Amino acid sequence: MSKYSVISNVRKEFISSFLKKKERVDGRAFDEMRSADIQVNPVPHAEGSAIASLGKTQVLAGIKLDIVEPFPDEPTKGVLISNAELLPLASKYFEPGPPNEVSIEFARVVDRAVRHSEALDMEKLFVEDEKVIGVFMDLYVVDYDGNLFDAAVLAASAALKNCRLPKIEDGKFVRTESSGNLPIEEKNLPVSCTFSKIDGSILLDPGMDEEMASDAMMTLGFTDGHVVSMQKRGTGSFKKSEVLNMVDIAFSKHDGLKKVLEVSS
Amino acid sequence: MDVELFKDGKRLDGRDVEDLRKPLKLEVGVLQKANGSAYMEWGKNKILAGVFGPKEAIPKHLANPERGVIRCIYTMSTFAGLEDHGRMGPNRRSIEISKVMREALENVVMLEKFPSTIIEVYVIVLQSEGGTRVSSLTAAAAALMDAGIPMKEPIAAVAAGKAGGKVILDLNKDEDNYGEADVPMAFTKSGDIVLFQMDGKLSKEELETAIDYGWKGTEKLFELQRKAFEEEYSEPLDKKLRMVE
Repeated sequence: MSKYSVISNVRKEFISSFLKKKERVDGRAFDEMRSADIQVNPVPHAEGSAIASLGKTQVLAGIKLDIVEPFPDEPTKGVLISNAELLPLASKYFEPGPPNEVSIEFARVVDRAVRHSEALDMEKLFVEDEKVIGVFMDLYVVDYDGNLFDAAVLAASAALKNCRLPKIEDGKFVRTESSGNLPIEEKNLPVSCTFSKIDGSILLDPGMDEEMASDAMMTLGFTDGHVVSMQKRGTGSFKKSEVLNMVDIAFSKHDGLKKVLEVSS
Repeated sequence: MDVELFKDGKRLDGRDVEDLRKPLKLEVGVLQKANGSAYMEWGKNKILAGVFGPKEAIPKHLANPERGVIRCIYTMSTFAGLEDHGRMGPNRRSIEISKVMREALENVVMLEKFPSTIIEVYVIVLQSEGGTRVSSLTAAAAALMDAGIPMKEPIAAVAAGKAGGKVILDLNKDEDNYGEADVPMAFTKSGDIVLFQMDGKLSKEELETAIDYGWKGTEKLFELQRKAFEEEYSEPLDKKLRMVE
């Protein structure tokens, strides 16, 4: 979160000195993620919710469903709207206030991973003429220790997977009664891998210090064998070969991340 | 929605997979008061970019004593699209685009030469037809060069993607809306990727092809930028001297 954070030159040099030895400060391999875990339905009033943790980073995703008017150019499709808040209680670097460019980018990148994974079949969210289901997916960062994006995609996927669908009567929700789950194509649920580039080294799942020390970052959202979203963040650049290498590493993490999702229900 | 995007092996606007849209025009020095400016027409996109600075960073808390900062603001006119009247002011999309454009420019502008200053890059999309962020960045880079701001190397941007089952370069609006993937990217002249976004669905091989197409397209844009400067500055300099505050 370079907008907020500075890292001391001493700390940055410390990280760099490890990278020269092909090591990371926390002992992980360059392509090793911290352990991931998901807790499902922590907020039962929401139709779907999940807290994902990635090391000490925690992101809460909540989903509310509403009956809404469709967008005029897609009258038979449901609507997905995502927002994110970097709660000030999550980090000394987060400040209260309206969404800024960091939280907006964060919400939009997670939204793109979910949207383009096609885990949600928007056509199935049609209710009747002029009425479709709106999926309001909101992300709250509750503890920030680096790499919000991958934790958020895990939380979003788990919340979607476990999202109930209230009964619909006369074009309105009866929230106290359920009519099963939100229609989800489970095999399409996205996962993501974020990389930091520091002094030419590419590190998977950067911790907070690594994130602050990084020259550039890249987040890839993907399903089995397909990239569905990518975003380069931060000043700095990548070579084509680095981009393709990141795709390989990400794909190799697919099954492990999906396993974390599978046990979450 | 299934929409045919190819007819007899050509794209609906008659292009092959690796063709850029036409017209493709870039002019620099189009504004009187900005320190540098550029106007670009790319397909139906019409983009105006203006640059000010380096100047004192205001508000003061923006100032960095070690290096200059860039303010980059991408806006779209309310009547740019074929859709309904748009809203004035920034929105979530424009804020994100402004951010990734700035992060691309920070790679090449020699900010370390201008501590405690701000360089302002303002872009307005007058008319849009898909690919506005990449045309905006290509125009913004030209405007920065026109302002005489030292840059390590040129940058230019283009989108590749996939539509109708094929990897293609420079998506138009329909190919973006009904296609399978969109990959906006920007390169420096030495081939570093300084902006990269993607949405849709691509295999690794398709992504690689998209990056290759993007690089080839960008090389044509570097040539376009070079020609724009040749045209602007080939006349005797005294005719072209503009007031600099």
